[in-house]
Amino acid sequence: MIAEFGHIALILALCLALVQGILPLIGAARGIDNWIALAPQAALGQAVLVAFAFGCLTYAYVTSDFSVLNVAENSHTLKPMLYKISGVWGNHEGSLLLWILILVIFGAAVAVFGGNLPATLKARVLSVQGLIGVGFLAFILFTSNPFSRLLPPPLEGRGLNPLLQDPGLAFHPPFLYLGYVGFSVAFSFAVAALIEGRVDPAWARWVRPWTLAAWCFLTLGIALGSWWAYYELGWGGWWFWDPVENASFMPWLAGTALLHSAIVVEKRDTLKSWTILLAILTFSLSLLGTFLVRSGVINSVHAFATDPTRGVFILVFLGIVVGGSLALYAFRAPALQAVGVFAPLSREGALVLNNLLLAVACAAVLLGTLYPLALDAISGAKVSVGPQYFNAVFVPLMVPLVAAVAIGPMLAWKRGDLAAALQRLVPAAIAVLVALGLGLWLMDARNFYSLLGLGLGAWLGIGALCEVALRVKLFSAPVSETMNRARFLPRAAWGMTVAHLGVAMLVLGITVSETWQVEVQQVMKPGEIAKVGPVEYRFLGVTPIKGPNYTAQQGRFEVLEAGRVVREMRPAQRRYQQPPMETTEAAIRPSPVADLYAVVGEGDAQRGWAVRLYWKPLVSWIWLGALVMAFGGVLSLSDRRHRVGAPVRRRQAAPSAAE
Amino acid sequence: MPKPGRRLVVTTKGAAVRKGMSRKRKRLLAVLGLVAGLGIAVTLVLSAFNENLVFFHSPSDVVEKQLPPDKRFRIGGLVLQDSVKRDGLVTEFTVTDLRHEVRVSYTGILPDLFREGQGVVANGKLDRQGRFIAAEVLAKHDENYMPPEVADALKKSGQWHENNGDHLKLVKPGS
Repeated sequence: MIAEFGHIALILALCLALVQGILPLIGAARGIDNWIALAPQAALGQAVLVAFAFGCLTYAYVTSDFSVLNVAENSHTLKPMLYKISGVWGNHEGSLLLWILILVIFGAAVAVFGGNLPATLKARVLSVQGLIGVGFLAFILFTSNPFSRLLPPPLEGRGLNPLLQDPGLAFHPPFLYLGYVGFSVAFSFAVAALIEGRVDPAWARWVRPWTLAAWCFLTLGIALGSWWAYYELGWGGWWFWDPVENASFMPWLAGTALLHSAIVVEKRDTLKSWTILLAILTFSLSLLGTFLVRSGVINSVHAFATDPTRGVFILVFLGIVVGGSLALYAFRAPALQAVGVFAPLSREGALVLNNLLLAVACAAVLLGTLYPLALDAISGAKVSVGPQYFNAVFVPLMVPLVAAVAIGPMLAWKRGDLAAALQRLVPAAIAVLVALGLGLWLMDARNFYSLLGLGLGAWLGIGALCEVALRVKLFSAPVSETMNRARFLPRAAWGMTVAHLGVAMLVLGITVSETWQVEVQQVMKPGEIAKVGPVEYRFLGVTPIKGPNYTAQQGRFEVLEAGRVVREMRPAQRRYQQPPMETTEAAIRPSPVADLYAVVGEGDAQRGWAVRLYWKPLVSWIWLGALVMAFGGVLSLSDRRHRVGAPVRRRQAAPSAAE
Repeated sequence: MPKPGRRLVVTTKGAAVRKGMSRKRKRLLAVLGLVAGLGIAVTLVLSAFNENLVFFHSPSDVVEKQLPPDKRFRIGGLVLQDSVKRDGLVTEFTVTDLRHEVRVSYTGILPDLFREGQGVVANGKLDRQGRFIAAEVLAKHDENYMPPEVADALKKSGQWHENNGDHLKLVKPGS
């Protein structure tokens, strides 16, 4: 019964979404107040219904109700509770339901927190959200119903892929979806603004918190995925330019550009139509990403053939959303008049440069991701685009971007003074020289790119600090004044500094770990010692062990630093029973200085075991950097100017500054 | 502090020169700069793209088309039963689409799901003896999964059976 309740709730939600998508739109155009007022109520009702349906599916998973096809295919009674719950979204139908749940929650959030929006704009935004909901609810109900029954029910489920039985992966999809779907709000605002024909700084201020929130979630989601690949796949890599990764990275690039261009709209009332276009593109890329990954297109275009209705539905829906919004854009954007003019060398100019580089990078990733699919569909030839392509394109684009990130905030709006900005960046230039010196003489860098990365990291890190030091008048004013200025500096300003510091950490982490990492692959017998960079691994042997739903061969290593044993590491090869599958469990000792990473492979006592050992300096800075970037976003989000419509009031800020 | 002073002079000079330029010319220069930048970017992207396209070939393609050595490509098929030979870190095995076979050599630890009778995709080059030197071996996903490229190669060689569990009991043709 529970499953049928869930199914009915989804059908009702679709009906409500239709109402929400059509009536308020007409009401706003004709000035019918009752229809306008319908939008928030419909949004809330839809959220309740979808949450109920999601609860029903979760209940089926928790109680292992194998008469529900979806549960029987993806769950198992012996699975730990955490993975029973995360199993809900570990498959096509369930993840689609999670997508819709997050979509309607965002819709409800706009209904609740959008109190300061003009009624017609709010109605239109919610209408567009409703229309997106119609598309997705129809998709799930007509092609991917998670509540299908399986009769007679099997005694036991098929189980979840052991690779997915991992806390990192349990939370990776929800964060990613919060990011993807969060951009739907920016999209709805953009479409609503196009319908109204008005984009102004107030509009930008309303959109900004939603974009920021989505961006933070997406950043965390991507970082979680990358971290999972690092420790679970056992290859020591953290980014593979895999189409699935690219699918999440493209909306991130576009979203980052959107975040920056929206600032220009808010502060200077210009760059409007570009910002609208970015909002449309970002969400379109989110849709594309979701569908690429979840429809199986990415393995092969032929996955469409297995369920043609799904593939056709996806293409038609994408066509309507992207084509429709772009057509509306082409029709209405020329009416958006830019007010503020600016010189190329200004804060606006720097932000335009940021947007250009991010957009080109995004287009390059799109080309590399979609080309193999297109070629396969057209000629049947199978190609893949190697990571070398992405690296070759990405590095030259990111170098000027990172260099400019330090300079941009130093430039004034309208007309900036580059010489003055550079003069303020003298400490950053000194830091670059120090970093290059360290790289050349201490770490023996031979590679041009390594030096470039070190220099850029130092430049941006110290440059971001210079900017904040300047704003609080560090050293140039009495300490008390500096303290006061720091306290009253808007959270958004701190957020920018912190996020830019995160980028610097990311650049340094990538550069140092890629350049100085030491990898040793060899066959080892018990008692042997392998030297890996500054540490030594002593192999002690392999013992069989037993886990709750697997058996394993566990290798043991002692790690020696300067001849002293500092710790023991136990990588393993696990063999799961249901489904039967082997996984590699790398042993990792993470540290801010250098990660130790050991993997044990095939072998036996006579010939020895194949092992892979690493020393990876600063590799954890990659994820720390992403975390710091997201934290910067959260800081900026907590800026009270987002909550209070009026410009800064002075009271009340003091106690919270101590946080 | 003589340095900042000198820079200031340069700036005012620069501004003076710029003032002399007409608006039209400035705009023209900006547009030219943009076009040049875009052109460079596009060239960069496309040339990198062209160099790094990796094609997929089945063992039949490799044998019949006489692919040249030292060109990177991906090969896929099934790992032939009883063909895996291990010597320390070096593993040699045979990839087949059940019509033709190619010997593959790989140095390093193989992925978890590498197994005889299962689908595999390898990335690398042919050497002069027609042996495929793999730089990377992919065998992911679960026990019933068949890489789509491999399924396609089997379909092309006419050896595809809808129930791909059959391939698990695969033996060398003719033995």
